[in-house]
Amino acid sequence: MKQLMLGNAAVARGLYEAGCAVVSSYPGTPSTEITEEAAKYDEIYCEWAPNEKVAMEVAFGAALAGKRSFCGMKHVGLNVAADPLFTVSYTGINAGMVIAVADDPGMHSSQNEQDSRHYAIGAKIPMLEPADSKEALEFTKRAYEISEEFDTPVLLKMCTRVAHSQSIVNIGERAGTPKKPYEKNIAKYVMMPGNAKRRHPFVEDRTRRLTEYAEHCDLNRMELGGTEMGVITSSTCYQYVKEVFGDTVSVLKLGMVYPLPVKLILDFASHVDHLIVVEELDPIIENHCRQLGLKVSGKNILPMEDEFSQNLVAEKLGGTVHRGVSLEDTIPPRPPVMCAGCPHRGLFYTLNKNKCTVMGDIGCYTLGAVAPLSAIDMTLCMGASISGIHGFNKALGQESEGKTVAVIGDSTFMHSGMTGLANIAYNQSNSTVIILDNSITGMTGHQHNPTTGYNIKGDPAGKIDLEQLCRAMGFQRVRVVDPYNLKECDEAVKEELAAPEPSVIISRRPCALLKYVKHNPPLVVNEEKCVGCKSCMKIGCPAISIRDGKAHVDSTLCVGCGVCEQLCPVGAFESTGKEG
Amino acid sequence: METKNIMIVGVGGQGSLLASKLLGHLLMEQGYDVKVSEVHGMSQRGGSVVTYVRYGDRVNSPVIDKGEADYIVSFELLEAARWLNYLRPNGQIVTSTQQIDPMPVITGAAQYPENLVEKMRAKGIKVDALDCLALAEEAGSSKAVNIVLMGRLSHYFDLPEEAWQKSIEACVPTKFLELNKKAFELGKNA
Repeated sequence: MKQLMLGNAAVARGLYEAGCAVVSSYPGTPSTEITEEAAKYDEIYCEWAPNEKVAMEVAFGAALAGKRSFCGMKHVGLNVAADPLFTVSYTGINAGMVIAVADDPGMHSSQNEQDSRHYAIGAKIPMLEPADSKEALEFTKRAYEISEEFDTPVLLKMCTRVAHSQSIVNIGERAGTPKKPYEKNIAKYVMMPGNAKRRHPFVEDRTRRLTEYAEHCDLNRMELGGTEMGVITSSTCYQYVKEVFGDTVSVLKLGMVYPLPVKLILDFASHVDHLIVVEELDPIIENHCRQLGLKVSGKNILPMEDEFSQNLVAEKLGGTVHRGVSLEDTIPPRPPVMCAGCPHRGLFYTLNKNKCTVMGDIGCYTLGAVAPLSAIDMTLCMGASISGIHGFNKALGQESEGKTVAVIGDSTFMHSGMTGLANIAYNQSNSTVIILDNSITGMTGHQHNPTTGYNIKGDPAGKIDLEQLCRAMGFQRVRVVDPYNLKECDEAVKEELAAPEPSVIISRRPCALLKYVKHNPPLVVNEEKCVGCKSCMKIGCPAISIRDGKAHVDSTLCVGCGVCEQLCPVGAFESTGKEG
Repeated sequence: METKNIMIVGVGGQGSLLASKLLGHLLMEQGYDVKVSEVHGMSQRGGSVVTYVRYGDRVNSPVIDKGEADYIVSFELLEAARWLNYLRPNGQIVTSTQQIDPMPVITGAAQYPENLVEKMRAKGIKVDALDCLALAEEAGSSKAVNIVLMGRLSHYFDLPEEAWQKSIEACVPTKFLELNKKAFELGKNA
């Protein structure tokens, strides 16, 4: 049956059809929907793990036990899971194990633009790369076959444009879950030096066998057209090349990007006069071609940065470039902003007002760095706010302790903030950590986490108590504030910064977009009272603007959080009394 | 058939995903190859968002590039102007006249340009502009702007009314069906 399906949903369908039994992932754009969609199949056990390392180890445990397993993550998530990745390459698997990693060229929703193919090369794990939803489904199933045939985990590389575009797939039936018996095998699964030494030659031999597989498998295919130009490509770049040139140029379309074939590439090169590699980010296929002694174009004409498009390929490779017209006006940018009613806003206003140095983290609250709040000094990776403030304060001592805070969301805290907090408790820096507890994983679209009390299906689950956790680590000063209450936030920040010991402030209020959150009626500005002082503009609320010198509230956006009301010196904000 | 391109542009949270879902369903039911490209994640949070819908005998790229869009369907005026250079010669803009100030305008760092519809028309661009927010509210919810726009867009397609109705039924929850059907009619007949 044909269906229009999101690339990530197609991977989930592939998991279902392949008889996958256990899925453990941590959400991360653009990978999240794979696991969300997989959770809709009752036959698959699915969970959100606290982080990607845990998820991959859960998937390994399930594969070891004899059931097909999966974990999915974004590119930077694979950095977190790199530790098990490199060694599960050595142990191999029992039942099939597939790891999806979704890159984000163009950084639509990421902090860097790393190329995950380096991990396949580094860990010596085969990597498949689909170019649309149909291939996403088919390659997922094929990945399990390769995994079990070659005794290896298999990486499935997605990118934003494959993960988040819908195209037509053919859906099939679920295979009976092939359970393999678990057998104790210390030499294979206990990676102490003596055993690992014997596994390494297996890995090298496996790569040789996989290279041979890559020469002949139908994941890689030649589409011979003209002889003048031959393009080697994969993923969405294949689509851009076909869009521009149709069948007029020869194309070697690679569906398996590690290990790369040798004979197939040499054969393809012999059919064409000029060889060009079209690949986003790093020149991995290109460098492989150069090692084979081929004369090839690639990054000398195409950029290392950003995602590609059909116009870019046309411009660089000699196709027809389309152009449109623009207005003469300067169009102001529309960057993402914290939503109206976002509970983070009040807290960031407080930090800005107190001129705090703020060590930031990964989540919606990274938007606290945007004007007019401009309240974040550093954002690096998951958990770095807490480890970072410890280093900052150890370096500067009293110079920074009284004015520096770390901010981290509830989900990010569970992901990798706890270990940093343990470091503060252990090595005792006088640091103030603020956990922005909005009771959900917000940025990736509302996934539950260990602090919310619900599992991936929305059923009641274990719930970690943040206050108790911090106290158990040895923090004497742990307090909870409501970020809609500016006075309370201000007092807490001032007092905890002044305290001569480490402290935790939990800023607690659920995300304003959560369905169960009840909103107050929208506010309205009494124009008789408003003096146009713009005090309310300091919080950067998208619902408030200045019209004809007076504040104006957009009633379709306002959720009546009342933060602006607390800033108004003349009491111009009034309740409309009706639901927005 | 040569590939046709529809861009849906607006501000994160305005409901463009439902519009693209509806179009994807509609065009696949007509037997076309279809690709729909969406934006999820950070850029959704009140930022400028764009969705690409492409259909034809065989669609390759999931995205639409500059100078390629046959239609730009816009939830907001500034966004129509922002993505204008994606329109192909003789392309059609269907836009709501709603204006939402972006943060740089709110903070006073930039101005919201005036008379955008007139300026686009002065460039020879075909612009179909209507107050979709008012029509959506008339249908019963300000959230139905997306379906009002779909009703308006249906003017430009040689497809039977019932094909559109079938896709609305497939994509909209039952309890909002009547509201959305009304929104579609209001957009279509405006």
